[in-house]
Amino acid sequence: MKKKILLGFGGLLLSSVLAFGQETMSPAKPQSGPIVITGATIHIGNGTVIKNGYVAFDKGKITAVGEGAAPSVAGATVVDAGGKQVYPGFICPVTTLGLVEIEEGARGTVDDTETGELNPHVRSLIAFNTDSKVIPTVRSNGIVLAQPTPEGGGISGESSVMMLDGWNWEDAAYKKDIAIHLTWPVARAAGRGRRAFAAPGATQESPAERAQKQIDAFTNLFAEAQGYATGGKPAVHNLRLDAMAGLFNGTKKLFINADGAKEIAQAVAFAKKFNISAVIVGGKESYLVTDLLKQNNVPVILKETQSLPDKDEDDVYLPYKLPHILQDAGVTYGLTGIGFWRQRNLPFEAGEAVGYGLTKEQALSMITINNAKILGIDKTTGTLEVGKDANLFVSNGDALDMLGLDVTNEYIQGRTIDLNNKHKQLYKKFSDKLGTPVKL
Amino acid sequence: MKKILLFCFALLVVQLSHAQETYPVNGAWDVRPGQFAFTNATIVVSSGQTLTNATLLIKDRVIEAVGAGITVPKGYVTVDLKGKYIYPGLVDAYSTYGMPDAPRQTAAFNFGGPRVSVPVSTKPGAFGWNEAIRPDVNAKTIFHVNATAAEDLKRNGFTAVNTLIRDGIARGTSSVVSLGDERDNLVFIEDQASANYSFTKGTAATNYPSSLMGTIALIRQTYLDAAWYKTQKTEYNISLNEFNRTQALPQVFEVSDLQSILRADKIAKEFGKQYILKSDGKEYQNIAAVKATGSSFIIPLTFPAPFDVEDPLDARSISYEQLKDWELAPTNPAALEKAGVKFAITSYGLTTSKDFWTNLRAAITAGLTEKQALMALTETPAEMLGVADKVGTLTKGKLANFIITSDELFKADNVIYESWVEGRKFVDNKMDVSDLRGTYTLNGGPLSNASLAISGTPGTYSVAVGRSATDSVRSPGTITRTGDLVSFYFNQRPSGIVRLSGYISSMSPVTLSGTGTAPDGTEFKWTAAYTGPAPAATGGPAMARGGQGGPGGATRPAGPVGPVVYPFAAYGFVEVPKAETTLFKNATVWTNEKDGILTNTDVLIENGKIKAIGKNLPAGSAKVVDATGKHLAPGIIDEHSHIAATGGINEGTQAVTSEVRIGDVLDATDVNIYRQLAGGVTISHILHGSANPIGGQTYIMKHRWGVTPEQMKFEGAPQFIKFALGENVKQSNSTQQFGNPNIRFPQTRMGVEQVYVDAFTRAKEYKAARAVKGNNVRRDLELEALAEILDDTRHITCHSYVQSEINMLMHVADSLGFKINTFTHILEGYKVADKMKARGIAASTFSDWWAYKMEVQDAIPYNANIMNSEGLTVAINSDDAEMARRLNQEAGKSVTYGKMSEESALKLVTLNPAKMLHIDNRVGSIKVGKDADVVLWSADPLSIYAVAEKTYVDGVPYWDYDKDAARQKEMKAEEGRIIQKMLQAKNAGSATQRAGAPRRRQLYTCDDVEDAAYVVADSYNGLAQDAGQQSAQNKK
Repeated sequence: MKKKILLGFGGLLLSSVLAFGQETMSPAKPQSGPIVITGATIHIGNGTVIKNGYVAFDKGKITAVGEGAAPSVAGATVVDAGGKQVYPGFICPVTTLGLVEIEEGARGTVDDTETGELNPHVRSLIAFNTDSKVIPTVRSNGIVLAQPTPEGGGISGESSVMMLDGWNWEDAAYKKDIAIHLTWPVARAAGRGRRAFAAPGATQESPAERAQKQIDAFTNLFAEAQGYATGGKPAVHNLRLDAMAGLFNGTKKLFINADGAKEIAQAVAFAKKFNISAVIVGGKESYLVTDLLKQNNVPVILKETQSLPDKDEDDVYLPYKLPHILQDAGVTYGLTGIGFWRQRNLPFEAGEAVGYGLTKEQALSMITINNAKILGIDKTTGTLEVGKDANLFVSNGDALDMLGLDVTNEYIQGRTIDLNNKHKQLYKKFSDKLGTPVKL
Repeated sequence: MKKILLFCFALLVVQLSHAQETYPVNGAWDVRPGQFAFTNATIVVSSGQTLTNATLLIKDRVIEAVGAGITVPKGYVTVDLKGKYIYPGLVDAYSTYGMPDAPRQTAAFNFGGPRVSVPVSTKPGAFGWNEAIRPDVNAKTIFHVNATAAEDLKRNGFTAVNTLIRDGIARGTSSVVSLGDERDNLVFIEDQASANYSFTKGTAATNYPSSLMGTIALIRQTYLDAAWYKTQKTEYNISLNEFNRTQALPQVFEVSDLQSILRADKIAKEFGKQYILKSDGKEYQNIAAVKATGSSFIIPLTFPAPFDVEDPLDARSISYEQLKDWELAPTNPAALEKAGVKFAITSYGLTTSKDFWTNLRAAITAGLTEKQALMALTETPAEMLGVADKVGTLTKGKLANFIITSDELFKADNVIYESWVEGRKFVDNKMDVSDLRGTYTLNGGPLSNASLAISGTPGTYSVAVGRSATDSVRSPGTITRTGDLVSFYFNQRPSGIVRLSGYISSMSPVTLSGTGTAPDGTEFKWTAAYTGPAPAATGGPAMARGGQGGPGGATRPAGPVGPVVYPFAAYGFVEVPKAETTLFKNATVWTNEKDGILTNTDVLIENGKIKAIGKNLPAGSAKVVDATGKHLAPGIIDEHSHIAATGGINEGTQAVTSEVRIGDVLDATDVNIYRQLAGGVTISHILHGSANPIGGQTYIMKHRWGVTPEQMKFEGAPQFIKFALGENVKQSNSTQQFGNPNIRFPQTRMGVEQVYVDAFTRAKEYKAARAVKGNNVRRDLELEALAEILDDTRHITCHSYVQSEINMLMHVADSLGFKINTFTHILEGYKVADKMKARGIAASTFSDWWAYKMEVQDAIPYNANIMNSEGLTVAINSDDAEMARRLNQEAGKSVTYGKMSEESALKLVTLNPAKMLHIDNRVGSIKVGKDADVVLWSADPLSIYAVAEKTYVDGVPYWDYDKDAARQKEMKAEEGRIIQKMLQAKNAGSATQRAGAPRRRQLYTCDDVEDAAYVVADSYNGLAQDAGQQSAQNKK
């Protein structure tokens, strides 16, 4: 009874919200005809910049990119972007966007951490909430693809790449189940407190021993998973090992969370041992092991340039300088921000590195083609090249700078994206109330 | 006077013997005369007087006479000390000798379970409300002689100690006792020697205080209550009564690091006290500031052991501070001596008592004079504790507490033979035995013309044997000596084990002989004849039995030590920079004044002030900075920060804690100060957290890197206090069980309103009562701060999110007659901007934070724009050490979201916060006469691409991009040098310590309800740091 009333009430609430156009943005319709963007500065994403260029796309794919006047396309909608900038849509790897709605105090909206240590079988794909109010606020800053990623435990689960537009997770999926996420154990000395709380007389396990135990557990699991994957049809199915099979045939990557130089070195050796394609996520001390990363062709997804150095002694700007250090060392690197709603700052996280050595186009590549390569989706997205998906946007100014970012048009597989969001709506609502109406 | 003292002393002696006499005796009485004469000794009467060939007479427990040419009376046992030395027994001013081991637990902090709420003391009896204030405890009532512990102390030369119950903030009285192994009644020298205090609450179950600032507030309020107690007749309070009674005693305050010294001294000065400070021995880190306190000190010799630095990646976990401290800690006593600061040395805190002499000698090597060392171990502690009439020197009438040594006390191979405690002998090392150390020629059986070396100390000989007399390669062996008998054991590789048994056959020269067994079992006769002194010992100089260097007893490589840096942390300055007269040429100047943004303009700063703004200004003697293409802007001001504070950012144990002050717990060593300078931030408003409706007093800090906490304070700045609303205040995420009768009120927004109404109603009544009756009304620090709000001399900045409660507080303020200055990080300000405008309330906000908890789900990045359009004074704040250092970018987001003009946007983090902090007469714009707090940016300061190249505070160039690179190099070089030294120390045999987890600073945000590090006191820091690190992440 109570449930029904609640449902009824919810229905009422929903309909009234719809009536006022609040907080709900409709997913886009498929591209219905060719679109040509003209007169813009085109940032290809691979370092090339075309001044006064055009981009044309149809049926969701880029059909032409070039300099000067655009060739005429029959029936095309022309978007005059004179003086504006065109960018490949930004890609946000390793995020909880779509998995979390309210971080604290509303556990019902939090779906990023499963219980247990070894969960390679849990999938972020099906928890991705296309109705999230957060997603439109991120999307309207040029981010078009994201990799919602499980967290916690030793092996957190597997992730997919999702479009930030869709009616449900099925049609929002861009590439399913691409990676398994593992957190490398840290041999971190326990503080004095830890020892103080140990039971009297208990033998103390050194931090290195404790970490090694976890590493051994991973090694055992991976050895068995490898055997399972190559052994034909198993007598007894094991969901965990089933999920891991893709690691050994190259269809899935292993994303390893590791920040310390020692942990990175161990993780790289681990991946090599099982002949797995690995990605280091975090990589705060990756600058100390660049040769190792380069030689083993292991890429790094840096987390947040806008963070504090780990140690008091570190260069105060170390996190800002890190992308440039990896660029110079020839390591493949991408970038993500942190959390979920904060990913709308991804362009600024990239732009931050420019004052500290990176060029603007390198910073752009970091969150477009580099991330695409690392996620294994660079064949279809990450740059503005003919044949790739029309994942792109137009900004009034420099999209990596808060003084320039102002997205006027955005497309995901050619679909025209609604750039409205809850924040713009509240801005309008209360500006109207205060008698200073705004136009968005 | 002297006579009276002597008379008193006589009484005491009588009393002491009487104490013994009150006990029945089993069997015949055994009272001996106790008359001894120590003759022909070198007697060090005091640090300033040495007698040679002198005699010491003692009778029973006291010294009867000291001097040269004294005739030994009949009936005295004469002990000939020719060639030996007598020193006064050492006095340890700080110990827990004879105290039971206190349980280290805090009932209020229950790991793994919900916290138990204990608002007031549950101890039965007429005590005060807070269990951490326990001046009523007395060491004398629980003291019990502990022979084993006494032996440890005596072996180091101590014969008397001051012992206390080391638990609580006010810890009651200590006792000075002798280290005799006698009945408890006989060892007391002074039953109540000092009154003791600390900043840690120990085992007290009372929740309050949960922070260091709460502790300081509690101490201050206790002083006030104790004074008031004398004038009132309504209550009997044992705690206050005892607090008052013990004020006449020496006041010993246990502190820890350098800054805690300054904190304790600040309290002392406020209440007209002068503490004796027991510290961690870090005074050298700012000796001038220490000297300025005028305090005397009890310092430990707890010098850190070298770290394991062989793995360079692991060595990265060792902080710069730890490296520098390892090298400089032994210089601490010398630094104090040089500065003329009075201090005593304690052996308290050493990992093992064996480190005492090793470390003391390390301190002497580092410059401490032997005279001062002796004084710090005898006269000074005796005088500090008011027992100079009984111990400290070898003077007639004082207790017969002395030590007999083989040599001058501080010589490396000196041996303490005997300790005499109140006329009772204790043997540390046998005195009348011959010293066997030397090199011998050994003959017999398989050993032919071999070399035997006996080194070490008479207590712990080490022995080695070489194949020939000239052989420098020796194989080690063992020696056992029992009186005149000796036995040896060598492994003569490759032939096997040789065993020797023998005796001292001659003493001049020393000759040893006996029989031996060869590896093949054959027996033989052997002799070893003395040929010369022993080779130099390899280990550290040893003193008492087993006195080899312990873990901290580092074998320290010689050589110069590095300089002290200010602050004592990474990026500390060897010399703190000074204000420079500087001319910025051809800059784009963001004035924040009516001139707006000026291009191609010069700015001259001089004596810490902005001197001139204009085109083509003459440089004169100024340093010229070419600012072509660059932007000069006012320093950034953060309205809401929690950096540079220590010991907890919340005192959330009560709903109203207006008595606590962030200004009491500043941490001038926080590297985030330096990092923020590198982000162009020159001023931060350091706030109490948001755990309770009325939090603590805040303070405005200038980012002067390298000075003391007090010197960071913005002089003359107005006073503020933190209020808070919402989820934190109502403890939405508390682990406490709802319905628990002791759970802190309020738990709803409804309750929050009533907390305010109640607090201000009481404050009004307090103010009225004080106005009429003055000091007859108990001074209450909590109500006093609220009364200041009513008087408009203290301003409110209130943590706020949701419009309903913001509206509520505005109404409460209206009805009770106080003003709200600022709503800080007011994310729903855009919903009530008109109501705030009507009341002239300023708004500080985050640029774009939202969705991190329920109450921020309506936060929008257009907030600043809407409020700005409405005409409010609007600022963007950080509440976060990371965001703070790019507040310029956060201001830039107001251009992204809502297209604010750039000129207005920069004001969000400069002039506007200055206005809401009422310091815009000094800072916030580039105007002639204002403070030279300026930043030179590489680009438009609102842009993501802008880098702060130079940051000046008061004209001092604290941050310089290029100089920082050089300083990093220097720091690396210094680290490298010290690490080399550590490796040498390790190779020389010093024990090492493993590097722990990288030390991370606790980064506070509003939500950090308590600093676990503080709650569970010093021993649990590691865990607390982890916890703090987690809770500090991404929360507001």
